[in-house]
Amino acid sequence: MKDSPGLHLKTYTFVLFIVLFAPLGNVLLSKGMKGMGSAKDWAPGDLFHILFRIISSGYIWMGIACLLTFFVAYMLVLTWADYSYVQPASSFAYAVVATLGYFLLGEAVPPLRWIGIFVIGVGVFIVGHTHPRTTEKA
Amino acid sequence: MNVLEIFLVFIIVAAGTGGELCISRAMKVVGEVHDFRPEALVRFVLRAIRVAWMWIGIAMMTLAFFSLLAMLSIENVSFVVPVTALSYAAGAFGAMMFLHERISRQRWLGVFIVCVGVTLVWLSRR
Repeated sequence: MKDSPGLHLKTYTFVLFIVLFAPLGNVLLSKGMKGMGSAKDWAPGDLFHILFRIISSGYIWMGIACLLTFFVAYMLVLTWADYSYVQPASSFAYAVVATLGYFLLGEAVPPLRWIGIFVIGVGVFIVGHTHPRTTEKA
Repeated sequence: MNVLEIFLVFIIVAAGTGGELCISRAMKVVGEVHDFRPEALVRFVLRAIRVAWMWIGIAMMTLAFFSLLAMLSIENVSFVVPVTALSYAAGAFGAMMFLHERISRQRWLGVFIVCVGVTLVWLSRR
């Protein structure tokens, strides 16, 4: 396939959707699950009750809606770009999820975790400078 | 990490990566999308759900999703989500073996650095 600017622009646009909606979905799921108690304490007999509480949670459904948006964008981008390109490129989501966790959920994010996220970003930068497709069109 | 947390992370990584690979394979069968109008997207979805790999992928990703919910009830999201990036190594190998994608040295280097970052995030828990 030709290395056209259009291909890169289209890919970057969909990756942007991915890195926004996936973290937001995960943060909303986390907010919903914080009210369910720790899975370490779940008794097998309580699982049905917990499942009911999960599917009754507004945060869980908002999280699922965000993840579905992410999923559609992800499916579409995979129709023209390599999986091994899209997956690393979408790892910007890790920085976004830590930022949202810090600001929206008040999570403590230690310096080492931020460094780790920065290193992930460096890896993403390197991956982002490879061509989106390495296989021939069917 | 106790046994339950290690088990949950394993399921999230293994089932999540396996599910994404299956869906990626299904998308390659469906073909590239050029038309983004709603009716065209509905036709795209209808084509996609006729591919068996899609359903296998959805089943695996559902398993990964409920494991993620359980893990989020134990740990902070800023820890859980980066740790699940262990799937990068599995994903790169899987894409090479299962999807026959050619992965350049530069892309391998990027994946390796991402994994180093994930390790630092994991160490930040202590």
